[in-house]
Amino acid sequence: MSRYFTDEHEWIDVSGDIATVGITDYAQEQLGDIVFVELPAEGKVFAKGDDAAVVESVKAASDVYAPISGEVVEANGALEDEPALVNSDAEEDGWFFKLRLTDTSELDELMDEAAYKEFVANL
Amino acid sequence: MSDDASIGLDVQPTEALPLDAWHRARGGRMVEFAGYWLPIQYDGIIAEHLWTRESAGLFDVSHMGQLQVSGPNAAAELEKILPGDVIGLKAGKVRYSLLLDENGGILDDLMVTNAGDHLFLIVNGACKWDDIAHLREFLPDEIHLHYQDEHALLALQGPKAVDALARLGLVPAAEGAPAVEGLRFMEAAPYLWGERPLGISRSGYTGEDGFEISVHADDAEALADALTAQPEVKPIGLGARDSLRLEAGLPLYGHDLHPGVSVIAAGLGFAVSKRRRTEGGFLGDARVMAELLGAPAQVRVGLTLDGRLPAREGAAIHAGETQVGTVTSGGFAPSIGAPIAMGWVDAAHAATGTPLTIEVRGKHLTAKVAAMPFVPHRYVRRGATT
Repeated sequence: MSRYFTDEHEWIDVSGDIATVGITDYAQEQLGDIVFVELPAEGKVFAKGDDAAVVESVKAASDVYAPISGEVVEANGALEDEPALVNSDAEEDGWFFKLRLTDTSELDELMDEAAYKEFVANL
Repeated sequence: MSDDASIGLDVQPTEALPLDAWHRARGGRMVEFAGYWLPIQYDGIIAEHLWTRESAGLFDVSHMGQLQVSGPNAAAELEKILPGDVIGLKAGKVRYSLLLDENGGILDDLMVTNAGDHLFLIVNGACKWDDIAHLREFLPDEIHLHYQDEHALLALQGPKAVDALARLGLVPAAEGAPAVEGLRFMEAAPYLWGERPLGISRSGYTGEDGFEISVHADDAEALADALTAQPEVKPIGLGARDSLRLEAGLPLYGHDLHPGVSVIAAGLGFAVSKRRRTEGGFLGDARVMAELLGAPAQVRVGLTLDGRLPAREGAAIHAGETQVGTVTSGGFAPSIGAPIAMGWVDAAHAATGTPLTIEVRGKHLTAKVAAMPFVPHRYVRRGATT
């Protein structure tokens, strides 16, 4: 399994043709206390860059974009009851949704962990 | 527009307030607010909010404008602008008032204190320069208006604020002024903290008991250190300040209030003192006095929402298919554990308990008109048994 990152502060774990998507620890830290996560319905098809989810912190709503094209095969139901999971464990249990990838070549444009770390360090 | 058009724009750089370095050293996340850098949060908005409700929070509100008004008949001159009873305001008393334009539009809300030899106004940071210009325009030349920009303003809010402040050993600096814990809600007095002068009122904008402390910029860090050294006190950011005031049902100027809204429909009739209602004689009096007699088309209400999804400023409020209002403040209420909002709705739909829906990203959230405050005020008033 490999992990990729976007400049919109999302992480993507790819296993076969399934990608698990979440927001990074840096992103949750910036957003602050998260009180609601609006997740996409199963079967929804995204092109890369589409609005995919919304994170509501105490102070504002923020869009999460589909980092890659695909069809939603699962959303993280645990976030409905406990949106604060995104704060406590953004890069594991606080995942948002899983996509069946339609174009794996899109992964080539994403960052690896080292590149993302450098990206964040320069913000 | 040509490229050099922006050169003429009145763009001010974001300024540092006296506690800027103090906030940064304590991990405050600084954001630009009303032209200044201020901390949006330290540990997190929810934790800071709940700490203030249970114990005491220290808020830096130095961006607000602290104005001294003095001169012959200053109270009477101020009454020509403000709708409140300033002449009848006794020394050491504080009153909530409004700055109105000639058409009765609300330019700002403010606190006015009778400080004995002068009147002391605290106005919102985002409007202070316009407020000063407005006051200067309508006050006669012999009335002195001094902006105390060499002073910081700290708010110490929460049920244990009084314990922390009393421990500093402040000495009353005016004849007849009580020990600081003897002040009651909307009372003020000068104190000495060692050699350092402080102006303190028992007031605030969180719904909790608490104090607002005007302190010279040179002494602000020492005071903030001394207060946060008390076990009850933690520094709190702007984020919790907003969620606390929303739970307290207190309107925020520029959001819930603006020049287009009616003073009376905003629920601020209490700021128009009884004598002024019949006498008038303040800017915008014709409109305000007409509003007192008439029925407003829209009123400011509180709203509770089902579910967990917050409705934000700008969200449309519906009764059935028809839009009947707009949310002007909204968010997640940490002390309630659910979203709440404030908004303006048509008078026919403003009764407490009226079922409405609020539109958020195409979804119609179930909501209900709620009495405000959402969380009861806990002011320590004179005459009340404690």
